[in-house]
Amino acid sequence: MDYSYTIWIPLLPLITFVLIGLLGGKVKPIVSGITGVLSLTVSACLSIFTAYRYFLVDGAVDGVFQKIIASNHTWLRFTDTLYIDMGVLLDPISVMMLVVITFISLMVHVYSLGYMKGETGFSRFYSVLSLFSFSMLGLVLASNIFQMYMFWELVGVSSYLLIGYYYTKPSAVAASKKAFIVTRFADLGFLVGILILSFQTGTFDFSIITSAEGLATLGNVTSSFIGLSAITWATLLIFIGGAGKSAMFPLHVWLPDAMEGPTPVSALIHAATMVVAGVYLVARLFPVFSLVVPGSLTVVAWVGGFSSLFAAIIACTQIDIKRVLAYSTMSQIGYMMLALGVSGYLIEDSLGFTASMFHLFTHAFFKALLFLGAGAIIHAVHSNVMTEMGGLRKSLPITHITFLVACLAIAGIPPFSGFFSKDEILVAAFEANKILFAIEWLVAGLTAFYMFRLYFSVFWGKNRNYEHEPHEAPLSMTLPLIILAAGAFGAGFIPFSHFVTSTGETFTSHIHWNIAIPSIAVALIGIFVAAWLYKSENDRASSLAASLGILYKSAYNKFYIDEIYLFMTRQVIFKYISEPIAWFDRHIVDGTVNLVGSFVNFVSERIKGFQSGQVQQYAFYFMAGVITLTIVFVYFYSN
Amino acid sequence: MQLNQFLIMQHEVLLTIVLIIIMISELNFSTKNKSKVIGFSTFLFGIVTVIGFLPSQTGVLFGGMYKNTDLTILMKNILNLGVFIVFLQSAEWLRKPINQDKISEFYLLVVASLIGMNFMISSGNFLMLMIGLELATIPVAALAAFEQFNNKSAEAGIKLILLSAFATGISVFGVSIIYGINGTLYFTELSSGSLATLGMIFFFSGLAFKISIVPFHLWTADVYEGAPVNVTSFLSVISKGAAVFILMIVLLTVFKTNQGEWVWIIYATAVLTMTIGNLFAIRQQNLKRFLAFSSIAQAGFIFMGVIGGDQAGMTAVVYFVLIYAFSNLAAFGVIASISNASGKELISDFNGLYKTNPKLSLVMMIALFSLAGIPPVAGFFGKFFLFTSAASGGYYGLVLIGAINVTISLYYYLLVVKAMFINKSESPIQTFKSDGMMRVGLVICVIGIIMVGFASQIYEYIYSLSLVI
Repeated sequence: MDYSYTIWIPLLPLITFVLIGLLGGKVKPIVSGITGVLSLTVSACLSIFTAYRYFLVDGAVDGVFQKIIASNHTWLRFTDTLYIDMGVLLDPISVMMLVVITFISLMVHVYSLGYMKGETGFSRFYSVLSLFSFSMLGLVLASNIFQMYMFWELVGVSSYLLIGYYYTKPSAVAASKKAFIVTRFADLGFLVGILILSFQTGTFDFSIITSAEGLATLGNVTSSFIGLSAITWATLLIFIGGAGKSAMFPLHVWLPDAMEGPTPVSALIHAATMVVAGVYLVARLFPVFSLVVPGSLTVVAWVGGFSSLFAAIIACTQIDIKRVLAYSTMSQIGYMMLALGVSGYLIEDSLGFTASMFHLFTHAFFKALLFLGAGAIIHAVHSNVMTEMGGLRKSLPITHITFLVACLAIAGIPPFSGFFSKDEILVAAFEANKILFAIEWLVAGLTAFYMFRLYFSVFWGKNRNYEHEPHEAPLSMTLPLIILAAGAFGAGFIPFSHFVTSTGETFTSHIHWNIAIPSIAVALIGIFVAAWLYKSENDRASSLAASLGILYKSAYNKFYIDEIYLFMTRQVIFKYISEPIAWFDRHIVDGTVNLVGSFVNFVSERIKGFQSGQVQQYAFYFMAGVITLTIVFVYFYSN
Repeated sequence: MQLNQFLIMQHEVLLTIVLIIIMISELNFSTKNKSKVIGFSTFLFGIVTVIGFLPSQTGVLFGGMYKNTDLTILMKNILNLGVFIVFLQSAEWLRKPINQDKISEFYLLVVASLIGMNFMISSGNFLMLMIGLELATIPVAALAAFEQFNNKSAEAGIKLILLSAFATGISVFGVSIIYGINGTLYFTELSSGSLATLGMIFFFSGLAFKISIVPFHLWTADVYEGAPVNVTSFLSVISKGAAVFILMIVLLTVFKTNQGEWVWIIYATAVLTMTIGNLFAIRQQNLKRFLAFSSIAQAGFIFMGVIGGDQAGMTAVVYFVLIYAFSNLAAFGVIASISNASGKELISDFNGLYKTNPKLSLVMMIALFSLAGIPPVAGFFGKFFLFTSAASGGYYGLVLIGAINVTISLYYYLLVVKAMFINKSESPIQTFKSDGMMRVGLVICVIGIIMVGFASQIYEYIYSLSLVI
């Protein structure tokens, strides 16, 4: 089967980026917008067509979905054994990601036509959005880990550019820098991990690393460092990179601040696509994690589990609606990581892998929907703060219904999509580790609570004194909401285990009612508590907060993680490490450089006499050069 | 020998035809319409350049005097492309009233010199090589003195011809020694020994003169400064490129057994060349002189590829020359168009250029970034492969010195960028629009600088050709 056309799926947004980037200033903003939407439409159609062919037409060969290298060429050849390829790798997870990315990106492109209307830098917004789509597609299609790393960084750059879109606002600038630096810091781990892994296997290529021979090579590695084997280090370091991008504790601090970016950007990058790159990375190298160093996988599971609980608690106390969603994203990604962490590689116990990918898929829909809905609310009331909202269900009917669908989906109420994927995760967790299961069960309840807290505060209760009467968003914004709502409702009915599994073989999964019923129950309790506290105006919430005292306060302040970071950097690192280094740099290093500089100047002053302009002198030096060479090589250095 | 075998010499034959056509057509244009020669010749040469890229025959002619391989064809195409860009960039300058009477001379001399270079690259015999070399050199001397009433230009011409004659003399002496050992002038492998080394050193020195290798480089700055800008760009790119190609070929065929010696000659001269070129470049105020020394330093870097002495080394050299051609021609193009518009050639004249001529400044910036080897422009990849080549040969000391020199070169390239973008000026160069051909030339260069780095197919293609030398 020929899939070589898939190279165009990322290339189209790249071309759009270049076109809008170069010509965006010269045409009307709307032309840039339409161009972006059109090119993404084509990409999305191609992706869906690819998925259709891959999963349904070609299907599994002998019950196993094949890895297909759709195109590959050598990009940088250092030596015959060391070279970097650029390629397209199609397998169930990359095809699934193609659909998710192009589809959500298309929705966001359309939505932004309305949301960003009239903003200065409209063209810039669309060009960077295209750059992001290109990078993200390149990341998931990467056929080797080095290519993935390059696109990984590109994604980081586009995220940086988009968070700092309102670059006149100091908080946006600070947030963009924070996001870039924190993720970049994590990427250092990723890079070192890549180098160790490739050094041991002698290749960057995913299909070779994860092949039986590659895994055997890795299994035979004996070198170790501080008690851990080299491969354990490699996987842990790679996971640090993934944790940075996916905002896992303790590298999550950038994600809430990243909400300074325009809301559609949050929907695309910080909810549906980029932040799940870490999950995708672990899934991509899953055979290495699972078969060679299962210990690392346990780390993944616990980091995921802890992050999901940690973020869910914070989400219950925040009043900025986008921040609630940001912590909710972190919490849901924790779910995905946990599911990967408790999964086995072989098909019998690989439910976690499938569940993780399934949750990634459904989460993309309902979380993008939540963010876009939040955008519509912000668009209507010009505020991010929940306490300044209320009673919006009458003035924003479409937003209200679609938001409710998304809330039900994320809370895991059947038959909405989140129920199915969350159920699989809980089953996988239950079979692997009861403590992790208990955490996730609790988080399911918290999730329902904080989402419906948000829902009731915004759409129910009393009307506030709005600057002007809130009104429903234009069609360009509501249409994506409706489409995504359909997705958030229906995505769960896809029999995911027939398509996406760790080995490519397929199996059939069932709903385990013994686990589903408690989880539905805890979700319903969460919803009822939220309704009791927030549906109508009362002081139950504030008295509850007061009675929780220090616990509430520290959750409200995000457990002071930011402050800890600041203390560590300002008081410890800056004071005891950076300042001495700065002194060394200023006096010793600069001094040396200046010395070299004056030496160079001195020498060039001395030798300028050679360039006298006299032909006879030139000829003399020429001859002298020949004679010197002769003397040296004929008399002194000769075999 | 059959007539169609002449097609093996396709490049040379076509260029000779162009030469004759330009010469005849010159007679048919009336004095008023002389400037039409410009468009006509450029167009004609453009066609030849395109034809050059079509698949063509390879083979050996005249009993081995002349041989053409896929690699030499590629080299000739690179030179053709460079000359085409030079032609595009010269149009504006040639239209000036002072050049009215000698427009076609420029084209004739350049094409004649190019024919010489083509024969030189394709030679299979030292005699052929020396004839090609002379044919390539003598017209260039006339070109350097093109503005014969300008003292500096005349001086440049005379210096070039005198020192060229000297260099050729040295080279021929080397060849005579090689003949004495081998008993033939054909490119056959030389046995090693002191006499062979002696012959090699003399022969090498003559070619090194063309490439401006220290200590044979002293003519470079004076000639580059004195000659008209477009001639300088021809000298610094085409002439140098051709000489590097043939040097590499001869080193890998005739002197294969002497590799143990010549790598150290290359090593020593490479170190000297980069260092001295850089030290002088830092001091320069005149942009042409500045680029003269920068091109000397670049030649030192090219030697890092030569020293690899294998397939990868050859690829690195050809690839770098291609990128260097685009980058240097872009830089010279900007200098030429500013010199045409305002007559200014000093770095300080470029102060505040970005305010008045932003596009030109951007082109210059990209060109300088490429010359300095800053990613992601092509110059980075070019340098990268040169360094890889030297490192894979185990010459880590050379790589270290090269790295230091790249850093030094960064300083002076960025000085020019700083002048354009940051420095303020009381009287900046006025906003002007260069003519269409110049702009096409610059756009080709910029596309080349950006594309060649990313399109790995080009590198792979050169790599596949470099297998057979």
